[in-house]
Amino acid sequence: MKFKLLKSMLKVDCFKHFFIAFMFLVTATSFSFSSESDSSKDFNPTDMIMHHIGDSHGWHFFDYNEISVTLPLPVILYTDAGLVAFMSSEFHHDAEAKEIVEKNGMRFVNSHETIYKLNEGETEVIFDEEHHVLNGIAPLDLSITKNVAAIFISVILMFLIFGKLAKHYKKSNQAPSGFNNMMETLVLFVRDEIARPQIGEKKFMRFMPFLLTVFFFIWITNLLGLLPGAANVTGNISVTIALGLFTLALILINGTSDYWRHVFWMPGIPGWVKPILAIVEVLGVFIKPIALMIRLFANITAGHIIILSLIGLIFILENAGVAGISVPFALFISVLELLVAFLQAFIFTMLSALFIGMAVEEHEHH
Amino acid sequence: MELITPDFGLFFWQIIVFLILVFLLTKFAWKPIMMAVDEREKTINDSLQAADRAKEEMMNLKEDNKKMLNEAREERDQILRDAQTMKKRLMDEATEEAAKKSSEMILKAQATIQSEKKLAIKELKSQVGLLSVKIAEKVLQSELKDEQSQKALVDKMLKEVELN
Repeated sequence: MKFKLLKSMLKVDCFKHFFIAFMFLVTATSFSFSSESDSSKDFNPTDMIMHHIGDSHGWHFFDYNEISVTLPLPVILYTDAGLVAFMSSEFHHDAEAKEIVEKNGMRFVNSHETIYKLNEGETEVIFDEEHHVLNGIAPLDLSITKNVAAIFISVILMFLIFGKLAKHYKKSNQAPSGFNNMMETLVLFVRDEIARPQIGEKKFMRFMPFLLTVFFFIWITNLLGLLPGAANVTGNISVTIALGLFTLALILINGTSDYWRHVFWMPGIPGWVKPILAIVEVLGVFIKPIALMIRLFANITAGHIIILSLIGLIFILENAGVAGISVPFALFISVLELLVAFLQAFIFTMLSALFIGMAVEEHEHH
Repeated sequence: MELITPDFGLFFWQIIVFLILVFLLTKFAWKPIMMAVDEREKTINDSLQAADRAKEEMMNLKEDNKKMLNEAREERDQILRDAQTMKKRLMDEATEEAAKKSSEMILKAQATIQSEKKLAIKELKSQVGLLSVKIAEKVLQSELKDEQSQKALVDKMLKEVELN
């Protein structure tokens, strides 16, 4: 069963990569056409897509009659002069570094969702040829961005869902029904299909909280990310790095002495191979979580790019008729993304469990 | 490039939020859920085992019942057989007794008949003797008026007696 799932995952991946290549080809050629014919209307699909899958300081939903409907979010900056906080609405939806916000005697601008603090006395931003800000520095940005807000929403949802499930057991020990039953099935799925076989009967219980949390966090966040106007949280490398680091930390903390001996001084092979293998194994310890973070980030981002590219085709070709093809295709990919949302959560949890299982395994044959 | 450049703020919040999430969910959700599920599984297993045991017990009981039934049936058959033999024996005995009694009675009757017959013969003989004497008296009175006739009679009598 495990093998089959991995195989199907591989298939989805292959299909997706092929699709991305195809879409880039199409967008690239179409874009060159449109820029030739009509340069006044500059719809830039790359900017549009990057804007949609990237993070931002306000939660922008849509524009209506030149009015931008955006949820303002707090901007929190840690500067040399301490913490500075203000709402993102003070930039007035500006990300081109034109609007200057003055707080505590410091001037801030938003240049492509990076907040810069202008140097003392400067009142205007100066760019170099590559659009880098010359007269300002970026302070440590701890803002509640769109993605952070989306993470909060996922977390609140998880508290609601599992608080409800836990409350059910307080009342009765019967199997729950309806939505609770579905959640229980998934909890048992993580326990019986992921944790128990990968980590082993003796130690799996210790890692269940992490595995359950990471599984449901990724799955729920993936699903929320598919909603129109939602943030692309699990398709952001910062988030997946954090998740991968948790797996790495668990491996480093819980690795048995046996595991480390196998990493640094592999028994049962000729002496001169041992140092070479040690390098490979040490690299492997770090590559495993890196692979996890890149897989999740790439799969989710790829899905978003495909859907946005398909929708973008309508504007690139400037023909509403294209929607007849684009929309069913986008719908198809969206349905596929529902599967991918679950699959990636499963794969991340499964491989985390596998790596942890390898680290805590007891070898009896030595 | 912007896509794969990690952003510290988001990373920071993800770490903080995830740690809190793991901690709170473990305390308020995962622990109670896992414990309840484990407990339920244990209950189900126990119930299944109990059911198995009950089934086994019932099978044993059934077997016992069958054994008892068979024993009872055998006993009944034995009793019936005994009764049959008893009946036969009783009947045989009764018949035998009856036969014995009847033969005894026949023998007694025969003996009685014999003795009665003897008595009757005795009586008859004495009667005949008396009668004979009376007849002889009368005959003698009438016939033996003369000598001749007396003689003739005696002769005749004698002849008759010899014939008898």
